[in-house]
Parts: sequence; structure tokens; C-alpha cells
Amino acid sequence: MSKEFLLGNEAIARGLLESGVDVATGYPGTPSSEILAALTPVAAERGFHIEWSVNEKVAMEVAIGASWAGARSVVTMKHVGLNVAADPFMTLSHTGVVGGMIVLVADDPFCHSSQNEQDSRMYAKFAKIPCLDPCSPREAKDMIAYAYELSEKYQTPVMFRPTTRVSHGKSDVTVGELPEGKRPVKFTKDVERFVVLPKHTRALLKKLNAKQEAISKELLSSPWNRLDLKPGAKLGVIASGVSSKYVEEALTAIDVPVSSLKIGAYPVDPLLITRLAESVDRVLVIEELMPLVEEQVRMYVDDVAGKMTGEVPHEGEFDTLLVSNIIRKLLKLPAIEVRAPPAGIELPMRPPAMCPGCPHRATFYALKSVFKEDAIFASDIGCYTLGTQMGAVDTCICMGASITVASGLSFAGVPNKVACTIGDSTFLHTGIPGLMNAVYNKADITVVILDNRTTAMTGHQQHPALGETITGEPTTEVSLEQMVKACGVEHMQVVNPFDLETTKAAFKSAYEAEGVKVIIARQPCIITAKRIGIKRKQYEVIPDLCEGCRRCVKFGCPAMEFKDGKAVTNDQCAGCGICADLCQFGAIKIRSR
Amino acid sequence: MFDLIIVGVGGQGAILASDIIGKAAVAEGLPVTGAETHGMAQRGGAVENHVRIGSRYGSMIPAGGADCMMSMEPLEALRFAKYLKPQGIAIVNTERIVPVTVYSGKTPYPELNEILGALKGVCKEVKAEDYTALARKAGAVQALNVVMIGAVSKYLPLKEETLKQVIAKSVPPKTVAVNLKAFDLGRDA
Ligand SMILES: Cc1ncc(C[n+]2csc(CCOP(=O)(O)OP(=O)(O)O)c2C)c(N)n1
Ligand code: SF4
Repeated sequence: MSKEFLLGNEAIARGLLESGVDVATGYPGTPSSEILAALTPVAAERGFHIEWSVNEKVAMEVAIGASWAGARSVVTMKHVGLNVAADPFMTLSHTGVVGGMIVLVADDPFCHSSQNEQDSRMYAKFAKIPCLDPCSPREAKDMIAYAYELSEKYQTPVMFRPTTRVSHGKSDVTVGELPEGKRPVKFTKDVERFVVLPKHTRALLKKLNAKQEAISKELLSSPWNRLDLKPGAKLGVIASGVSSKYVEEALTAIDVPVSSLKIGAYPVDPLLITRLAESVDRVLVIEELMPLVEEQVRMYVDDVAGKMTGEVPHEGEFDTLLVSNIIRKLLKLPAIEVRAPPAGIELPMRPPAMCPGCPHRATFYALKSVFKEDAIFASDIGCYTLGTQMGAVDTCICMGASITVASGLSFAGVPNKVACTIGDSTFLHTGIPGLMNAVYNKADITVVILDNRTTAMTGHQQHPALGETITGEPTTEVSLEQMVKACGVEHMQVVNPFDLETTKAAFKSAYEAEGVKVIIARQPCIITAKRIGIKRKQYEVIPDLCEGCRRCVKFGCPAMEFKDGKAVTNDQCAGCGICADLCQFGAIKIRSR
Repeated sequence: MFDLIIVGVGGQGAILASDIIGKAAVAEGLPVTGAETHGMAQRGGAVENHVRIGSRYGSMIPAGGADCMMSMEPLEALRFAKYLKPQGIAIVNTERIVPVTVYSGKTPYPELNEILGALKGVCKEVKAEDYTALARKAGAVQALNVVMIGAVSKYLPLKEETLKQVIAKSVPPKTVAVNLKAFDLGRDA
């Protein structure tokens, strides 16, 4: 036993190792990605299978197969990943599991890196499976062992739902021993359970419903739901997951006694709620995202403060200050002042931007210069969504929705040209059915596959078109070209976006042709390029030649600044050289040093 | 309890900085919690990392609660000033990273004097240096994060030796000498 300073996701990974995980799958997504990343270096030595799956549905089903063979499995994803994997997930509760199975879904209140706020606890309730909601990295590690035991005891998948502040929180965590030996696996045929014909599934649903109460009672004695009754308390605060930590800190600065109920496991047994409610005059429920606990509490208690009465925000993420002031208001104590920002200075925003030397910027530039403002640019999710800053991204709703939304625009009969952009990882994730559909149903669109040879946005993970698995082991490389051809596309061209003229020419011929045209813009992400040892020289602006036209500055590269009427490159230059191609005066050259 | 907020721009190495300080706290047997910025903002956005030494609470420092701010970029010091305690101290790198919005939009980058003046109205002490220049002097601009650990180390409830040991273990082996020099330059500045 020793202590380590671990990221929440690393603590979870450690918990999985200590529980002897046999099969770990997932698709990257913030804030969940570091879990598999932390497991990878020890996978070979510990002898378990680990993979980046093609998408979340695939990942879920692989984990199900493993569990049905008696292995302990885990599937990791971000909240929206569960939408993709919802189909197997919703029926898995019926068939149940054999080896323990954890469905790890990380939620992102405030959408730090997400397209929406979604409460995965709702999915657990929807599927009628237990859900664990850790309040800290420490608790997260300890909960994993419990999750597997619970899963095996009730033959149910268990949802494990950290939020951003747990997954990307850090703390000292006590690490324990790793188990010895390999778990025996064996698939025992049971058609009535593993084949969900209507007759079978009706019986399975009865069984699923019958075990709900036992699970709720089991969780009653778990350490994750804790009632703390204070003598003389008039207010009782119920807080779930990470919010319970904010309540704990807020109460240290309040002298009045306040009782509390910390929730870390669902379904919550009504007994806990009624015991708290009977001992106080008023109950306050604090939880991020949806009022899941609050709705339940309202079934048993009359005077409840929460989201539904306007005391607690419906959106975003909470913190100690916000929680303190909600509690203080109910106790009629003065609010803690939020410090006002220093007055009188307007701060320029600093939104994330594509890196200096990002190949996407070059592709967008070429695309826009051929298709012009009037075209409609459907897009997808990845680093390239930041192409909004170049006016080259007009739509983005979820992964895989670029080709399909573009098709819809085309079928609706818009008079504009329609082009769309999709990353390599996203194309493999959910883009292929859309491409097949576009060809099949005769859309008139240009599809640009931004093949930067990685899944960049989420931290540069491997995918099937790279010829390398999660552990770096060589494997068969899926060819994007062959995939595109197999979907029935005839007009296809592969270009290097750093070769601006050829890229523009390819877009021009796509612009002029009819039907589904695919351009694969292939150039490694600048971060990947550095890692694999591609070295490029930096560029500089020769002041005497610069006319101050700002053409290069408008390209939007963070390495290009504008001072005293002239452009000037800074130290961030990655050497893609596009700005040199743009300059009409030949003022940008490789740095002479 | 000592609350430190580390702010800067995605890509400057704020995560390694908070990791080193957190590990040093664990090495000294102190409880510690913290929060990191991962994901989208790492692409050149504003980032904030929290380190709470001696804490058993949540990972984030409440506004008005930070004993110390380590800011790797001047503008970001001001953006996150709400975290500072009135008795707190801000250690600020003066080398700017100009956001692209300054060139495309209307808001200019504020003058350094203005930024530091405003910060002085928020906390007790502001220490501003060109720590990037010190990193270059140590041998690598990338060592800015370690230079700044050196600068804040005088205020942290942690031993200089522990921090140095953790630095030596956390940076790439080839860069240990540069980073230890960076730490010393930052501490002596
Ligand atoms: C269903 C779903 N899963 C995962 C994510 C997280 N995510 C955002 S972008 C992205 C992949 C981006 O890779 P790619 O398409 O290759 O573009 P790049 O970032 O490399 O430019 C992922 C996994 C998501 N938003 N939705
Ligand atoms: S990480 Fe790669 S793909 Fe993403 S913005 Fe930077 S260079 Fe572009």
C-alpha cells in the first residue's frame, strides 16, 4: 500500500487493475479518454485485452461478449457515446452479464469539451441498472471493486458515471495489490438468455424488474450513500456525486447545524430520504444536470428546495461558492460575495484555435477559396470544428453528421454548392453509412475527409486506418481509399493540403462535377508529425518586403502576429509554409539562422 | 491548507507544473486535491489548474480562496484574478501570447502596466518577471513551467529538495539538467 498523486481517470484505471479486468474497450471522448490510456502500458504484462474500438456501439458489444464468457470487462466512453451505444445497452439489462461488466460513461457538465450536457444517470434508470457516481478520485478507485462485485452478484451491468471534475480531478490515492492469476473463461450456451426473441425477452424483463428492490436494499448498506444527521438541524441537504464535496466544504464555514445525505449510488432507497426528511423542516437537493434525485425526493417529501423551485441551477457545473450561497440563502445567512473582476479593462477572449501548422487550416483555406462564401459547409466533430473561425464550418451536430446533413441540404434543393468535412477517425466511427447513403440516394455533395492520421481532438489516439493498435502493435491498415470506393464513389482524389495549388485544383474539379465527390486531404497532425520525427524549419517575414496587406494574418495562424504595420512570425511557427505561399510579395521565407 | 491556482495558455505545460507540485505534496505525506484542464481548451485556449495542498475537499478552489497564483501569461492572470484571496500573491510571467482574436477582432491586448496595476488592486502582492527569458537562459523555452515552479516554491509549504527530486523524476531524462537549472533561476529571480 502506497500513496500516489493520480488523475481521477488514472485512479479508475488503477481500480480496474486491482479488480483484475480482463477486457477493456472504448472509444475516446473527453473526459473519459485517459482511462484506457492509463491501462495501456501494463496490458501486455498483466495479460488483458485492451482496444480502441471503432465506435462506442462496437466497444459496448465487445465488452458484452467478453462478459458473457465470464471475463471481467469495462467499456469507456463520454456521455454522448452512450447515445451511439444505446441499442445494445438498453437490452443488456435484460440479458444481464456473467463476468462483471462496468459501463463507464463520463459526463461533462458545462460542456467543457462536449456538444451537449447529458445526464447518464438517466440512462441507468432508463435501462434499470445500478449507477455509481463518485465524488472524488479517491472514492472512484474504491468504487470500482464494489462495482464488479455488485455486477456479478446481481448479474447486471453497472454504470460508473464520473463527471469532468472527478475524471480530471486529482488527489492522493492509496494504491493496493494487484491480483495474481488468470480468471477462467467459458461460454455456457443459454438461448433463453442470450437470444432475445420476444418470448425470451418478456421473461427476462420480469426477472429484471424483480431484482430492482434487492439492488436498492443492497445499496442501502453501501458506503456510498451516507446519512449524517446533526442534532438540532432544521435543514437537510441531499447532494449527489461531486456536489457532495462542495456541500462538505461549504458547511465548514456555517455554524448552524445542517444534516446531509450524500448520494453516490442509485437507485436510492426511499428509507434514506424519509429518515432525513423526518428529522428536519426542509430538504434541499443539490445535483448537477438533471433533477433525478430531486424528482424522487418529491415523491416522499413536501417541502423540497431544488431545481424545480428555482434555488438550484438547471445548467452548468457547480462549485463550492455556488453551493455555499444556495445553502446560506435557505438559512437566511448573508451571501459570500463573488469577487468582481478588476474594472475598466476589457479582456480579449482566448478561444481554442487550431495549432500553428495544422493541416486542417490549409485544407479549409483551399476549400473556401474554391467554393467561396456562398457554399454551405457541413462539418463534424474534431479539431476541425474550430474551422468556424475561418467561416468553413456551418453545421455540426454529432459525430458522423457531416455527410448526412450535407445530403439533406442537397436533397432539400438548396441553390448553393454543398461541401462537407469529416475527420479520419470520425469517418470510420459513423461516417461510412452516411457516405453509402449519399451515393445510394444520389446526393450532389463534395466530401472532404481530413485525414490527419490520428484522433487528434481527444488526445491523439490510434484508429483502424493507421495500422497500429492502442498498444502500438502493428496491425492491418484499413484503407480509406478502398472504403470510399466500396461505398460506390467514383470521383475520388487524394491530396496533400500543404501543396496548396494541387489541393485547390482537386476542389475545383469536385466543384464542377456532379454527384458524390470525395477528396481525401492527407497530412499528419502537426503534433503527430513532431512525435514521429518530421522536422520542419520555421518561417520569418522579411520586414523590408512586407507590404502590410494582412493576407497572411487573415489565414488565422497563431504563429503570425501583426506589429507596427507589418506581419511577423513568432516562436510557435511549425513550418507548414502556407503563409509563404499566400504572400504575394515573396516576403515570407524559411528562417535564416 | 494552501490553495494554488496555475493559469496559462493550452500548450504551455501547466499540467506538468501542477502534477509536479501535487506529487511533491504526496511525497511529503500531505493530502492534496486538484483539477486539470484537458480537452478542447488545450488547443491554445485559456487553461486553469488547481492544486489544493492539505485539502480533503473538492478539486476546485472557490473564488476568492487562492493563496497564490502562478500565471504563465499576463492576460490570463487577469482573467482568473477572481480566484485570488485579498491576502494572496500573484506570480506573473510577463511574456505575452497574443490570442488570435486580437488580430481579427476589436479588443486590443491590454498594456502590461494596466494588467499588473489591476492585479495589484485584487491581491496583496504581485511579482512580475520575464520568466520565459529565464527559461531560454536555462536552455529551453519549454522549461517555463519549471522556472515558474521555482518562483512559487518560496511560498509553497513544500521543501525545495522534494520539488527538485520530483522534477528530476517527471521530466524527460535528457532534460533533467536544464530543468533543475530552470528551477534555480526561477527561485532566485
Ligand atoms: C459519440 C461521440 N464520441 C466521442 C466524441 C469525442 N470526440 C470528439 S471529436 C473526436 C474525434 C476526432 O477525430 P477526427 O475525426 O480524426 O478529427 P481530428 O480531431 O483528428 O481533427 C472524438 C472522439 C464525441 N464528440 N461524440
Ligand atoms: S492537434 Fe493536430 S489536428 Fe488538432 S488543431 Fe493541432 S495540428 Fe490540428
